[in-house]
Amino acid sequence: MPKKEKKTGLIFFPAFDWAISANHPEREERLLYTQDQVFEEGLLDFPNILEYKPGLATYADINRCHICVPNPQNLTTSSHLISAGGAITAAQKVMTGEVDNAFALVRPPGHHAMLVAHGARGFCNINIEAVMIEYIRHKFGVKRIAVVDTDCHHGDGTQDIYWNDPDVLCISMHQDGRTLYPGTGFIDDFGGPNALGATINIPLPPRTSDEGFLYALDHVILPILDEFKPDIIINSAGQDNHYSDPITNMNFSAQGYALLNEKLAPHIAVLEGGYSIEKALPYVNVGIILAMAGLDYSEVREPDYDAQRIRQSPEVTRLIEDEVKNVMTLWKKKKNLKKQITGSAAYIRREKNIYYDTDDITEKQIETVRVCDDCGGLVMIESSADTGKKIFAVILPNSCCPECRKNGEIFFDRINGSQYNHIYFQDRQRDVFIVK
Amino acid sequence: MILGIDVGGTHTDAVLVQNFQLIKKAKVLTNQANIMASLLEAAEKLISGNNINNIERIVLSTTISTNAIVQNKTNRVAMVLLSGPGLSPATLDLGRDTYFAQGYVNHRGIPVKKVNSREIEAISNEISENSIRQIGIVGKFSSRNPQQELDTAELLQSVSRNISLGHTLSGQLNFPRRIATTYLNAAIHDIYQSFVSDVQKFVAKISPNIPVYILKADGGTILIDKSLDCPVQTIHSGPAAGIMGVLATACIKEDAVALDIGGTTTDISVFADGVPLLEPSGVAINGRKTLIRGLYTKSIGVGGDSVVKTEKGNILIGPQREGPAAALGGPFPTPTDAMIVDGIINFGDKQKAQDAIAGIAKKLHLGVQDAARAIVEKMAAMIADHVRQILAEINNKPVYTIHELLEGKIIQPKILYVAGGPAAVAPFIARNLDYPYSIPEHSEVSNALGVAIARTTAEITILADTEKRELIISEEGHVQSIPHNFSLADAIEIGKKTLREKAVCMGARPEDIIMEVTESQEFNMIRDFYTTGKNIRVKVQIKPGLISSGVER
Repeated sequence: MPKKEKKTGLIFFPAFDWAISANHPEREERLLYTQDQVFEEGLLDFPNILEYKPGLATYADINRCHICVPNPQNLTTSSHLISAGGAITAAQKVMTGEVDNAFALVRPPGHHAMLVAHGARGFCNINIEAVMIEYIRHKFGVKRIAVVDTDCHHGDGTQDIYWNDPDVLCISMHQDGRTLYPGTGFIDDFGGPNALGATINIPLPPRTSDEGFLYALDHVILPILDEFKPDIIINSAGQDNHYSDPITNMNFSAQGYALLNEKLAPHIAVLEGGYSIEKALPYVNVGIILAMAGLDYSEVREPDYDAQRIRQSPEVTRLIEDEVKNVMTLWKKKKNLKKQITGSAAYIRREKNIYYDTDDITEKQIETVRVCDDCGGLVMIESSADTGKKIFAVILPNSCCPECRKNGEIFFDRINGSQYNHIYFQDRQRDVFIVK
Repeated sequence: MILGIDVGGTHTDAVLVQNFQLIKKAKVLTNQANIMASLLEAAEKLISGNNINNIERIVLSTTISTNAIVQNKTNRVAMVLLSGPGLSPATLDLGRDTYFAQGYVNHRGIPVKKVNSREIEAISNEISENSIRQIGIVGKFSSRNPQQELDTAELLQSVSRNISLGHTLSGQLNFPRRIATTYLNAAIHDIYQSFVSDVQKFVAKISPNIPVYILKADGGTILIDKSLDCPVQTIHSGPAAGIMGVLATACIKEDAVALDIGGTTTDISVFADGVPLLEPSGVAINGRKTLIRGLYTKSIGVGGDSVVKTEKGNILIGPQREGPAAALGGPFPTPTDAMIVDGIINFGDKQKAQDAIAGIAKKLHLGVQDAARAIVEKMAAMIADHVRQILAEINNKPVYTIHELLEGKIIQPKILYVAGGPAAVAPFIARNLDYPYSIPEHSEVSNALGVAIARTTAEITILADTEKRELIISEEGHVQSIPHNFSLADAIEIGKKTLREKAVCMGARPEDIIMEVTESQEFNMIRDFYTTGKNIRVKVQIKPGLISSGVER
C-alpha cells in the first residue's frame, strides 16, 4: 500500500558513555543494537529522514516545569541535559517546519520525574517531555498539547506535572498498576479539580498483545484526541510493552508499535523505557521510524516473532473491552464531575507519599489547588523528604487568571520561610522562576 | 625516483619526483577514447633511457572506473541478496537481475536463518540461463558475520563466473549501500581488468620490474594487481588526486579548506590538523550511495567559465557552462571575463571580455569596471557561503557519546588553499571568509604530484563478542575464537597486526605504515542482570597522507 512520505527528524543520542550503574538496565549498551539496525537498514540515507545532533537543555528550561530540590544543577548531569535537549531539538525542528515530525531517540528517559523532584525515580531525574512541552509553549505559544504515554509503566511523572493543567491532555496506556511499578494510573486518576478529563489512564491487563493495544487506541485514545483537538501530539514512546521485555509482562510487537505510531501520527515521539535491548529495541525503533516517515514497515519483524505464541486470551480481550467502556463513560460525564468533587470548597487538598526507587528517597507532599473556573488554578505544594529537605512552592499555571495570580503572589510574599529550606515561585505564564 | 601520472578529464599530467623534489613535469591532452595513449604520451615525455633504471615506482590515478559507471559501460550483474526481515526490499532501487534468497544473521552476527542450498542452486541455474558472468552476493549484517556470503559463494562458484562479496568491500553497516558497492564492483570488473592488463603491458615495455600503484578514492595507493578484486575502490581516483595534490604542494598541518576552481565547478575539500577528511559513510557516484571510503569533497556549480546573468538587479553565476570565457570566443560573459576586465588576470581578448561584461553592467546600472568587480565579489561570496555551509554541516555531524558532544573536535580553518585556473579570485574569497589564503607552488601539476607521493591506506573493522567467544574482521573475512577474558587492548593489538599485514600486501613500505585507532568501544553485555560478556568494536586505519621522507617535512 503506497503511503504518504513524511519528512522525519531523528535525534539519535545513545549516550554510549553513560550508565546509571554498571549493571543497570539504563546503561551504555541500551541503544547499541538499535544503532546497528538503524545503520544497517540504511535509514539515515533516506532523503526524508534527517538526523540531527541534540542541543543541551538549560537549567531555565528545567525550571519551567520542575521544582528541583535544591536546584536542577544538583539533580542533573550532562546526560540529562542532552536527553532533554534532544527532545527540545526534535520540537524545534517540527515547530519551525523543517520536518513534519521527529523522534528523539535519546536516553536517559524522564516520564517518572514529577513536578517536585528530590532525586531520581524509575530511572528518571527530569521529565524530558515536560521540559520540551514547556519549551514549546514558551517559544512557540502553542496552547493545546496532548501526550500519549505508550510506555508499559504508568507515566506518573508527566501526569503529576500536568495534573492541574486543562490544556495538556495526558493519556497513559500501561500495564495495570496492581502488577507493575509504579503501582498507579487507575481509571479514576482523572485530573485535578480544574482539569478533569485532561488526565486519562488506561490500565491494561498483563499479556495484552497488539490486538488489545490497538483496540484501546481506536476506542479511547483516538476518539478523545478528536474531541480534545490538540495542536501538537506527543508520543511518550516506551518500548517495554514488547513481548520480550525483561521487566514487564506484555505482548506487544514491533509491527504493533509501528501501526500504533502510524495511526496516532504523533508530531514528536520521545523515547522512554524499553529494556529488551537486543530482541525488541532494534526492531521496534526501526518500525517506529519507518511508520513516522510514511515508509513501508510491513517486513520489519523480530527474528523470533510468532503471532500465535503472543496472542492475547479471550479473557484479556474481555477485560480490555470493559476497561475501555469505563474510561469512555467517565470521559463523557467529565463536565458534571467538578461540582461533585469540589462542592463549595475554595481550595482542594491532596496528600501524596512519593518513593524515589532509584535514589531511595521518601517524600511527603501536600498539594493545595485553588478551585477556579477561569484557569488551571493556583497550585501550592509543601514537600518534605527524608533527605531532610523541606520546601514550599507556589505555581501559577500557563494561562493563569488574575485572581489566581493575585492569590499566588500574596502567598509567596507572606509565607513564613523559617520552616523551609527553600521557597519556590514558578510562574509558567510569564516564565518567571524565583527561589528564596 | 617516482613517476606520478594523473589522468584528468582534460589533461593528463605526469611528474618525476626525487626526494620530494619535482624534477620534471609534462602535460598532454587526455584522449578520452584512448586513455592508455594519453598515459604513454605523458610518460614518454619524462622517461628516457637515462632515468628508466632509477624509477622505483609508478603511481597512477584513473578515471576508468568512474567513467565506466557514469557512461554505463558496465557488465550485467546478478545480485544475490540474503536480506532477511527489515526494510522492505521494494524500497530499494534494485536492478532486474536481483535474486532474493533465504539466510539471515542478526546485528551480533548470530545466524537466524540458514542459507538454503537448493534455492541457491536454482538461482545458479537461472543466472546461467541468462548468461550472466558477474555475481554480487550481499547479506544483511554480513559485515558482522561473513559466513553466509561465503557459503553462498561456494555454491555459485564456477570458472566462468566472477563473484564480488559484500563483506570484503567494507566493514561498515549499511545494507543498501553494501548492495550498491558490491554491484558496482562487479559491474566494472571487466573494463577495469582490461585497463590493468593494458597498464601492465605498457610497464612491461619500459621496465617490467617497476611496481605500479593506483590511487584509490581515499587518496591512498594500492598495487595494481591487488586492486583487481576491488576495482570499485578506484572510483573518484581523480578528485582524490586533487586533494592529495594540495597536501603535496602545501605543507598543511592545521585545519584548512582547499578549493580547486575549475571552469564549470569548484571542488571544496577540508583538512583537520592537516589530514584530509573522509566521507563519513562512503562516496556517492552517479546517484548511488556506496560504502567506499573516499576523501570528502563537495562540488558546486560555480567556476571560471560559468554563465553570468542578471535577474532583477542581482548577479547570477552558474551552474551552467556554455563554453569558454567570452575573451576566448565563448558565447556568454563569465567570471573569467570579469577577472580580465578587473585586471587580476591577463589572457585572451580583453576587448571581447569588456564587451561581454558591458551587457551585464548596463542591466546593473554600473560602469563596466564596477560591474566586473561586483561579479568577482559575487563569485567569491557564493564560494565562501558554500564553505561556511560545509563547515557547519561537518561540525554538526551527530555524535553518540557525551564526551564527543561536549568536547568533540570542531574544525576551524586557519588557511585557505586555492588552486585552478581562476585562482586569482582567492583574495576575494579569503577576505569574505576572514582567513588568509595561499596558492601553492606547482599547482598546475599538483594532482600528479599528489598521486606520486601518496601513501598506501587501508582500514579494518574488528568486532569481538566475548559472549560468543568470537572475533570477526569483516574486510578480511577473518573469524577466530577468543577467550572469555579477551579485552579491548587485545582487539586493538590484533587489529594493528592485521592491518600492518594487509598494508604490506597492498604495497606499503614499512616506514609509511602509520596506524591510528579511529574507533574503540567496549560494552558490557548484561542479560537478566548478569554480565555475560563484552561487545568490543574497533576500527584501525592508515590515514590518508604522504609517504614519509625519513625527515620531518
